[in-house]
Amino acid sequence: MDPVSQLISSFKIPIGRWGKTFFDFLTTNFEWFFDSIADGLTVVLDGLVDLLLLVPPVLLVAAIAGLAWYLQKSWKLALAVALGLLFIVNQDLWQETVETLVLVVGAAAASMAIGVPIGIWAAHNERGYRYLQPILDLMQTMPTFVYLIPVLILFGLGIAPGLIVTVIFAAPAPIRLTHLGITSVPKPMIEAGEAFGATKRQLLWKVELPAALPTIMAGLTQCIMLCLSMVVIAALIGANGLGKPVVRALNSVNIPLGLEAGLAIVVLAIILDRISRIGTGAAK
Amino acid sequence: MSAAVDFKNVDIVFGAARKEALALVDRGATRQEILEKTGAVLGCAGANLTVNEGEISVLMGLSGSGKSTLLRAVNLLNVPARGNVMVKDGDRMIDVAACDAATLRHIRQTRVAMVFQQFGLLPWRTVAENVGFGLELSGVPEAERKARVERQLKLVGLDQWASKYAHELSGGMQQRVGLARAFATEAPILLMDEPFSALDPLIRTKLQDELLQLQAELKKTIIFVSHDLEEALKIGSHITIMEGGRIVQTGAPEDIVLRPANDYVRDFIANVNPLSVLTAWNVMRDRRDLDHGEDGWVWLDRRKTTRFKIDEHGLVAAAERDGKPAFWVSCADVEAQPEETTQVFWANPGTSLKTVMLAMHRSQTAPVALFDDRSRFVGAIGVRDVLSAVLRR
Ligand SMILES: Nc1ncnc2c1ncn2[C@@H]1O[C@H](COP(=O)(O)OP(=O)(O)OP(=O)(O)O)[C@@H](O)[C@H]1O
Ligand SMILES: [Mg+2]
Repeated sequence: MDPVSQLISSFKIPIGRWGKTFFDFLTTNFEWFFDSIADGLTVVLDGLVDLLLLVPPVLLVAAIAGLAWYLQKSWKLALAVALGLLFIVNQDLWQETVETLVLVVGAAAASMAIGVPIGIWAAHNERGYRYLQPILDLMQTMPTFVYLIPVLILFGLGIAPGLIVTVIFAAPAPIRLTHLGITSVPKPMIEAGEAFGATKRQLLWKVELPAALPTIMAGLTQCIMLCLSMVVIAALIGANGLGKPVVRALNSVNIPLGLEAGLAIVVLAIILDRISRIGTGAAK
Repeated sequence: MSAAVDFKNVDIVFGAARKEALALVDRGATRQEILEKTGAVLGCAGANLTVNEGEISVLMGLSGSGKSTLLRAVNLLNVPARGNVMVKDGDRMIDVAACDAATLRHIRQTRVAMVFQQFGLLPWRTVAENVGFGLELSGVPEAERKARVERQLKLVGLDQWASKYAHELSGGMQQRVGLARAFATEAPILLMDEPFSALDPLIRTKLQDELLQLQAELKKTIIFVSHDLEEALKIGSHITIMEGGRIVQTGAPEDIVLRPANDYVRDFIANVNPLSVLTAWNVMRDRRDLDHGEDGWVWLDRRKTTRFKIDEHGLVAAAERDGKPAFWVSCADVEAQPEETTQVFWANPGTSLKTVMLAMHRSQTAPVALFDDRSRFVGAIGVRDVLSAVLRR
């Protein structure tokens, strides 16, 4: 090695050790905090899975098809949804599918619950959004494995850390789209609200949110798809679901299992995408 | 008459360098100079205007002259950098530029309503819900709201369309919804920013007529922005002309047409047909300015073709045309009169210039006399007076 490089590498900055010290500090002092979050999430999510598994699969399939019809008013879609789900039942992947559905819907709900208010705040605070934007970029572009480890350290293995990494990955979408939706409400509409004496809150509820609703709904669809794309990674840190058989198939080079599980994920993706396009009429 | 809105030295500046811009405004700099030196855009400067109750006051000017800017100061959509915008609230005048948020909301909810050029309707609401929007914001109970909305929809002839969405309606209908929404709050002051510009000419004329009809009934105070002088003259009882953010002339429509303050205004009115604005009153020569002969005889025209003998009550006792006795007839039925040289027409001050000209034509260029409502002689119009009014010389 040349002398300069030698000089540079002669003393290694102990980032790793510092980081570990930091996490040790967190885990020893705030273990109760992270543990209670993880335990709470696990109880709720596992409880939901157990509850749904009590229902006979055919009934649940019918219910989901009914939901598809209710949301999109399309018989064709409802039928396709039912067939797709029955195929999954047929492949004996129903339990994994329910687990994945709970994880995806839970993570999407959490992402929306976090993302929409942040998006609204950012839309009214351009300066804040300028600081927020690089963080959102980071959340979406950073390889997931990078933050998998800290999350693992803090929350352990299981469905809770799975949900948390999924939310980290998916929440930027509703934030961005809510921000976009609200900042692009036509000025005359805002002014109509102001001219008739709307308070800030009335303006938000009666003008901005309704006007931004289609964009926010697009954010929901995107968010659900992003959550679904995390199932395999969530499986790596112990979340049950369709990711599990995929990981198992990868490890044991079990091609048939991999194909079955993969296909089930694709079917689920299509179904979720179609059902969640609320108000766009895309399914008609 | 009392003022409903009073602008006092209102300056509005867009952009950051406000102080510097205002300093330039004080030195009378033009918008261009202010933009070059400070980067700030002058919205309007030194605007003084009183809008009386029940009046339709029209703001006119070329694009960018600051009409909308001034109008929008009334409900503080634009915030004045300096000056006061007094708005009548019951028996008080409130300076919206200086009041607190609650007062401003009160003004916006109950005193000042607005109609927008692009309608500003909310597409996810039905027509009825749009009309009730203002009432909803001010917390009017649902039952009362429904009743008032229904009444407004009837008024603008849209009761059949209440449950449709705005985009299902034509432009003219959408603007009727906008009007109904503004009327629904029962605010006495109405701001209209080119409300009919986005409509095709036929619909525009129709809505103008409807507005005038409604106004005759509702007696609102309306500030109306327009860049169409025909429109302004048709509906305005007062016209203000703006140029480059400043008011260049304000007055009654015929003042503007007869006595344009500068070349900008003159250009503006160049294409206006004065016949559609002017009345006999605007062009007559006062009786005191006429040539008086002996025995109470007065010459009606400069050429001395026609004269009246006026008695001590101001009534006409005798008439003479070209040295021969003549009789005097009302302009009102000018069409029914034969063409004769022995008759002289008379009109009231409010008679349109067009009718006066018709009378001159019928009587072979005899002057037209003006009587007040008690038949007293007040003045006369000769051919020359008409020509100079029409040619604006
Ligand atoms: N919100 C704003 N920010 C910056 N500049 C503005 C703003 N609103 C208006 N202006 C500027 O102020 C000037 C006056 O605009 P205004 O809208 O009052 O003109 P106008 O007479 O209504 O014209 P038009 O007939 O085109 O509507 C224009 O130069 C315009 O660019
Ligand atoms: Mg304008």
